Amino acid sequence: MIKVENLEKHFGTKKAVAGVTFSVERGEILGFLGPNGAGKSTTMRMITGFIPPTAGRITVGGHDISEQPIEAKKLIGYLPENAPSYADMTVYGFLSFCAELRGLHKDARKKAVNRAVEMCFLEPVVHQSVDTLSKGYRHRTCLAQSILHDPDVLVLDEPTDGLDPNQKHEARQLIRRMGEKKVIIFSTHILEEVEAVCSRAIIIDRGKIVANGTPAELKQRSELAGAVSVRVIGVPADVVKSRLSSVPGARKAAIVREDGGAVLARAYPAEGSTNGNLARGVAEASVQAGWKFEELHTEEGRLDEVFRSITWSETGKREERQ
Amino acid sequence: MSDACQNIKTIAKRELNGYFASPVAYVFIVIWLLLNGFFTFSLGGFFEIGQASLAMPFFRWHPWLYLFLVPAVGMRLWSEERRMHTLELLLTMPITSWQAIIGKFLASWLFLIIALVLTFPVVLTVCYLGSPDMGEIISGYVGSALLAGGYLAVTSMTSAVTRNQVISFILSIVICFFLLLSGFEPVTELLPNSLVGIVTSLSSLTHFIAFQKGVLDSRDVIYFASLIGFALFMNGVIIRNLRAG
Repeated sequence: MIKVENLEKHFGTKKAVAGVTFSVERGEILGFLGPNGAGKSTTMRMITGFIPPTAGRITVGGHDISEQPIEAKKLIGYLPENAPSYADMTVYGFLSFCAELRGLHKDARKKAVNRAVEMCFLEPVVHQSVDTLSKGYRHRTCLAQSILHDPDVLVLDEPTDGLDPNQKHEARQLIRRMGEKKVIIFSTHILEEVEAVCSRAIIIDRGKIVANGTPAELKQRSELAGAVSVRVIGVPADVVKSRLSSVPGARKAAIVREDGGAVLARAYPAEGSTNGNLARGVAEASVQAGWKFEELHTEEGRLDEVFRSITWSETGKREERQ
Repeated sequence: MSDACQNIKTIAKRELNGYFASPVAYVFIVIWLLLNGFFTFSLGGFFEIGQASLAMPFFRWHPWLYLFLVPAVGMRLWSEERRMHTLELLLTMPITSWQAIIGKFLASWLFLIIALVLTFPVVLTVCYLGSPDMGEIISGYVGSALLAGGYLAVTSMTSAVTRNQVISFILSIVICFFLLLSGFEPVTELLPNSLVGIVTSLSSLTHFIAFQKGVLDSRDVIYFASLIGFALFMNGVIIRNLRAG
């Protein structure tokens, strides 16, 4: 549905996007991750046809965005960063205006606006002017604008930014529901959101894709992934540590926390050890040693750790040089 | 093609409603009418000259009034879109930037024409007092509308240059002032004879004065049409460069 090939964007001598290639198919919800200034918004602006790429090609539903911009834009609904809207218009007026630009007139327009108002929970404010709205409502007004024409492709730049936890939850539900039949690309800073919503995630750093996979695959890249944590009572920490590091399949062991008489320790898997083996090993070792353990589980790996290790390693190096 | 017209209409309608949704439009119209009344009856010596004509007492002031009032109307056209980031929203709709430029321009022009039409009592007055040359009055109104359109196109262009309305206001006054002065006699007298012809032919004032005198000449119409066309074309170029970054 969307194909991006070797996309580049230069601002002066700075490369905001430096060779990005990916494709998304119907039914996928693609999360765009990356530190501030990584090129997420620039990439989205190019996909939606707001700014032309310096090099590379984007096709949306088979239409090249540079050569057939109108046909391509018709397929896209777009929520820009900071959710802009015309402050002097009412919510209804604004949505009607957008619907008309989308080629919806008369009854079709009315129907589309009412549907979007309902989906984004805007009924209470529909006749208020946009500049009297709270940030959450303003955000949803712009989101409603993007789904008016029931587009095949939704590009959402930080759709949950500035919403309260309940609204965030609603927005995520909405995205997940719509993602069943559409292509959704959305950017976010919130990693739990990626796990909750995305079927695939791309991490961008300094204009390049540094990771591309399902949230589970990405988590596998975490150091923590596959590690086994165990909480033992009444055993000295160094004993636990040395016992765990000699479990078959363990690369090393570490003490995470000691409180009262309890020790939380973790065994990290050696390369090539399959899931489950290590947990069994740790359990057997604990039983043999006669420990009382309260808890034993295999870690899934954490996305924030992966994110940091991929994107901050570069930042760290840069800071060291300075 | 019908899609293009429809899009232009949608954008123009929003823009025009935007004017009347705020008190600014009414304030503008009142100021415009008051200034017109003051200049016509007091400075223009409408009664003193003893002629049933609007050329000297009424239309003569329009180039100078428009110099400030048209930039005030047009300064927000694009700068506001840039400041509020709605430009991104507008240009990712399935429309071309030309449709947006023309739609916005037409809406503001229509607003200025509405303000101009509201000066009709002065026509009634002159008809009541004497029997004026209606052709001259119509030609004066056509010229005045074209002049406002020319200034407005320049303002639309300057408002795309910046996010700041004040800067766009001042820039367009400067440009319009040059267009005006290059045909203003006290200035053209200072020029060497060889240049006078070229400079005055570029001036909006020279071409407006023909309309004011009741002369509907295709060359003057073409002048204003090309001024509008050129300024809006530059407007498009500026917006394209803005997007290219």
